[in-house]
Amino acid sequence: MSIEPPRTSPHSTPPILPGQPYDMDGPVFAAPWEARALAMAVALHQRGLFTWTEWSTTLSMQIGAAEAGRDADRDDDATYYEHWLNALEQIVADKGASSCGELAGYRRAWDRAADRTAHGQPIELQPVDFA
Amino acid sequence: MSADVLGTHDDEPEHSELGRMDVRVRALETVLTQKGYIDPAALDVLIDTYQTKIGPRNGARVVARSWVDANFHDWLMTDATAAIDSLGYAGRQGEHMIAVENTPSRHNLVVCTLCSCYPWPVLGLPPTWYKSAPYRSRVVRDPRGVLADFGVTLGDDVDIRVWDSTAEVRYLVVPQRPDGTQHLTESELAELVTRDSMIGTGFASHPESTK
Repeated sequence: MSIEPPRTSPHSTPPILPGQPYDMDGPVFAAPWEARALAMAVALHQRGLFTWTEWSTTLSMQIGAAEAGRDADRDDDATYYEHWLNALEQIVADKGASSCGELAGYRRAWDRAADRTAHGQPIELQPVDFA
Repeated sequence: MSADVLGTHDDEPEHSELGRMDVRVRALETVLTQKGYIDPAALDVLIDTYQTKIGPRNGARVVARSWVDANFHDWLMTDATAAIDSLGYAGRQGEHMIAVENTPSRHNLVVCTLCSCYPWPVLGLPPTWYKSAPYRSRVVRDPRGVLADFGVTLGDDVDIRVWDSTAEVRYLVVPQRPDGTQHLTESELAELVTRDSMIGTGFASHPESTK
């Protein structure tokens, strides 16, 4: 008899990690980007880019490094999901799915897209934003 | 039929702005999508599962408190930002909250006609329909029709007010307390307060329907 590994279905949610804000019903978010960041990690895990253990390790190292490097004169009050996003950018680079330089270029492009978009209109990336 | 639309976007900036974290998340999502690592639609499905789980419990607790505590009710109606803050549900972005109360003669409905401004700290993440163009445009033109789609019918004598959210001002509808709930505790009452009832597209549940 063998023990089946736990299956991951699209609707299953991964276990809550240490420090993650949650209540009886699951994770709790302070803003939509936090939920999007969580969903990206779950989607990449489901696709097999990394195991949940690798993810958990990357995230806890990120949080540990932030705590160890906290200067007394620096107001570093990064929230849990800011660490989450830091870890996500790092593991994506570690696995070769993207790189710091590439992500920086896309951030500049999104900033430009927001600048040229009238308020209330959907913000969409266009080739001109990368010029 | 149209309704008075209250609240304006007049003091909005002319161009869009994205928060620092929002830009980082969008950059990552775009790169990973273009390379085929993720599918934005699949992310939406994942987020929807969280959204139904997060639920609008903070807002429900605010409403239940206002039903049982007259002083809190008065505070909520005159300074919702401070009253909600007192329960620990302050927004991290400093949104100004206004509570609007449903009565037998008035029904309030909240929309954001320009985008999808929404009081996350009290209501969790917005439902997909709240962000949809049909809801945003039709609620102003035909609020009774939209309410009918949600299964909410109101008498002709009920005045409907539509409140247009902005980046600075968010609205919380305080639904009418259901009849026959005099014996319930504050936390039991909070169970009756649905997300939709706090947007105005529903009523608070009756105790027998939640058993």
